[in-house]
Amino acid sequence: MAVPSASPQVPDLREPPGWRRTKNQLMTILMWAAFVITLVPLVLVLYTVIQKGSAAISWQFLTSHTIPPNVMPLSFPGGMGPAVLGTLEITGFAALIAIPLGILGAVYINEYGGKSVLANFTSFMADVMTGVPSIVMGLFIYTIWVLHFGYSGLAGSFALACLMLPIIIKSTQEMLKLVPDSLRQGSYALGATKSRVTLTVVLPAAVSGIVSGALLAVARAAGETAPILFTIFTVEATNTNLFSGANTTLSAQIFVNATSSYTGAEQRAWGAALTLIAIAFLLMIIARTVTARFTRYTR
Amino acid sequence: MSTVAQAGPAKSAGPAHPLAQRRPLGDRGFAILAIASGLLVLVILVLIVVSTAQQSTGWFSQEGLSGIFSVDWDPAANHYGAMAFLYGTAITSVIAIVVAVPFSVAIALLLTEVVPGRAARPIVYVIDLLAVVPSVVWGLWGFVVLVPWLQNHIYPHVGNVLNGVPVLGNLFGPPVSGQSFFTAGVVLAIMIVPIITSLSREVIATVPAIDKEGAYALGATRWEMIRGAVWPHSQGGIVGAVMVGLGRAMGETIAAAILIGSSPQITSHLLATGYSFPSVIANQFGEAVGVQRAALIGLGLLLFVLTIIVNLIARGVVLRSTRRMRGA
Amino acid sequence: MEQPENEVIPQLHVRETAQDAVPERPARASVFDVEKVSVYYGDFRAVTDVSLRIHEHEITAFIGPSGCGKTTVLRTLNRMNDLIPGARMEGDIRYRGAGLYDAAVSPTAVRRRIGMVFQKANPFPKSIYDNVAYGPRINGIRGKGQLDEIVERSLRQAALWDEVKDRLGKSGLGLSGGQAQRLCIARTLAVEPDVVLMDEPCSALDPIATGRIEDLMQEIKSKYTIVIVTHNMQQATRVSDRTAFFSVLRNEKPGASDTRTGILVEYDRTASIFESPRDERTQAYVTGRIG
Repeated sequence: MAVPSASPQVPDLREPPGWRRTKNQLMTILMWAAFVITLVPLVLVLYTVIQKGSAAISWQFLTSHTIPPNVMPLSFPGGMGPAVLGTLEITGFAALIAIPLGILGAVYINEYGGKSVLANFTSFMADVMTGVPSIVMGLFIYTIWVLHFGYSGLAGSFALACLMLPIIIKSTQEMLKLVPDSLRQGSYALGATKSRVTLTVVLPAAVSGIVSGALLAVARAAGETAPILFTIFTVEATNTNLFSGANTTLSAQIFVNATSSYTGAEQRAWGAALTLIAIAFLLMIIARTVTARFTRYTR
Repeated sequence: MSTVAQAGPAKSAGPAHPLAQRRPLGDRGFAILAIASGLLVLVILVLIVVSTAQQSTGWFSQEGLSGIFSVDWDPAANHYGAMAFLYGTAITSVIAIVVAVPFSVAIALLLTEVVPGRAARPIVYVIDLLAVVPSVVWGLWGFVVLVPWLQNHIYPHVGNVLNGVPVLGNLFGPPVSGQSFFTAGVVLAIMIVPIITSLSREVIATVPAIDKEGAYALGATRWEMIRGAVWPHSQGGIVGAVMVGLGRAMGETIAAAILIGSSPQITSHLLATGYSFPSVIANQFGEAVGVQRAALIGLGLLLFVLTIIVNLIARGVVLRSTRRMRGA
Repeated sequence: MEQPENEVIPQLHVRETAQDAVPERPARASVFDVEKVSVYYGDFRAVTDVSLRIHEHEITAFIGPSGCGKTTVLRTLNRMNDLIPGARMEGDIRYRGAGLYDAAVSPTAVRRRIGMVFQKANPFPKSIYDNVAYGPRINGIRGKGQLDEIVERSLRQAALWDEVKDRLGKSGLGLSGGQAQRLCIARTLAVEPDVVLMDEPCSALDPIATGRIEDLMQEIKSKYTIVIVTHNMQQATRVSDRTAFFSVLRNEKPGASDTRTGILVEYDRTASIFESPRDERTQAYVTGRIG
């Protein structure tokens, strides 16, 4: 392999043919193939939802009342009005609870807790809590609230809030870590108290990331079904009162209609699915835009 | 202790130091609020255990420890054993992991080593899209589209071909059902690919550039560099990422509920219908009363404990490996 | 190797032919012919118009203050700059007559012949044996007997064999700084390259470890060609046959992205650079007045 000195021969620097190069190329192809194959179900799902869902969607669909999945419709195929309302209300209220608590929790871990064992432990357990199954959250709220106060949209909000809380804590924590310490020091040096530093300097610096993390958590919560089933007792009437009485959401409607074999149920399910995906995607796109737009300012 | 609001140069000869200031109420209040919110996480976790345990005592007392882990689940006979669901949850999760991991790791490597910075963004976007599709929509699509297709076009062929073959025949032979462990496992796999990919990426990103350069400087191709420099550094962390995915697969409720079928049975036959924790709870809770209800809640508690254990181990592994690399 | 006159770029002092005519030192074959090479990272011009010739079986040192492009030029010699997105080179580099940056050239083939030792030792998280065997293995050598022989030979050449021969299975990460760097040298020698490039290999080591590596450089010189970037002028005088002194271009326009562009000021036999430099900047640097 070593070239002898004073050799007049010019070295050949081309890639030696053979297995090393083919192996490298093969691996690269495999990696790309993995990505493409992963795309397939995504494309199929989106295609089917859009195709079948758009057949069901109309303004009437989005505003009329739902009908139970086990009823043969006479003239009216049923709509998703209450479910849309329910999804928006219940998820919205859950966000109202979870976002401030989540941000405050992250503030504790990152700003106040420092290196203490408790803060580290809390951070670790928040990580673990993101893995708690959504059905367990539903059962939890059922045992702790529904048994005493009955079904309501509020209970559903609590369950969703429990799901969202650790996610928002983690994403906010990541954003707070990115805020350079020099900003905090500058504020302290002007005589600000810790709460003031946090509220007026740290949080505003991280706001875009916090907002986008929160929106993604909301998008996920909007799609949840299991916690809803146990807390709101899916019904088919519109219930604008969040705090009492059973309620329904898009996700619950999809679930009950999906396995029903009655006419029109499947179509309703697709319509609801399209609506739900549209909401979730919309939230995701807003989240990404917020990140992209505001990071330019903070750079 | 008065706050420093005194005007003028009077450094008072009184007992208070002129710069002494009690921490304003607002500041302290905020601190307390923050601590309380953080601790809420721990409180909720504890409450989950307490309240579900409390509500399932009826089940525990009726069945006892051996009864709980028995195989039969028969409401008519008032007997509620959890083993079939444990099996179903475990099997579908394992299938999900086996299917998802090669894809996730491949995509993570693609994003970190093969595709440079900006060009990776569309790929990340696609993976994010995959993550945003709600579980129930996967369930709907799985039930309406995938299950019939598998049942009518794929599984029968597989079953016929493998009929009688020693090991594979047991796993994939006839009779086949569209709703089965395997179907649920595959759809779960699709759903956990995003989380495993994203965590693996984080782990691979901690491999020091200088190690990669060392391999390249020896004339290694990119694949050889990955095997020599990236893999030894990241394997621990990737294991952790896989376990997080496992935890997520175990907890996924709705898609599994719809796609696994509803027969509680323990069988090696992957193309048979089965049952899992989330599925039975979702399906039967509405009409359950008394001991059955207590049993369902107890199943929820079992699932909780199981996923917590898996997540604890997983997050610990990921933490240890990323910390080790950063410190190294 | 004529340098065109240019008011911005000062005259390059290259003195080769006079010395090479000395009868006791026959002209050695040229390993690298670097011609008017400029390297850009994006819009930033890191070095400009570097031309020199590296000779076989010599140790050539690149010296100069920080940030003047010594490492950049070193990395062009084994195409490691290819790994940096946005890096671009103008000019020509010939390796034993073959164009190093020709279209058909494979960087992996280049790096097999031209090895590199880095500033901070970077042993793989594998055993000492596997570290040294990595290169031969990826070149297809699998036989245990062969690998054993290569590992021992390389570790001996790197003056590490006696210290580790009884613990070849232990992790390479457990070695001291000096040992780890010698392991990296052994790893590089295991593929029997033609050239060994070294980027400040001793800057993180204590004087004793440094001395051992300098001794080893002298020992292997007869089989390899070595180019070393160093901050340590004494080291350059101790080990190198030729020295290239780099500095920064002082640009008239303040604030322009070119202000820290590196240039090659003077390139000559080491004795001449240090005892009788021709450029005043070289003189200022080697006498310690700047840098």
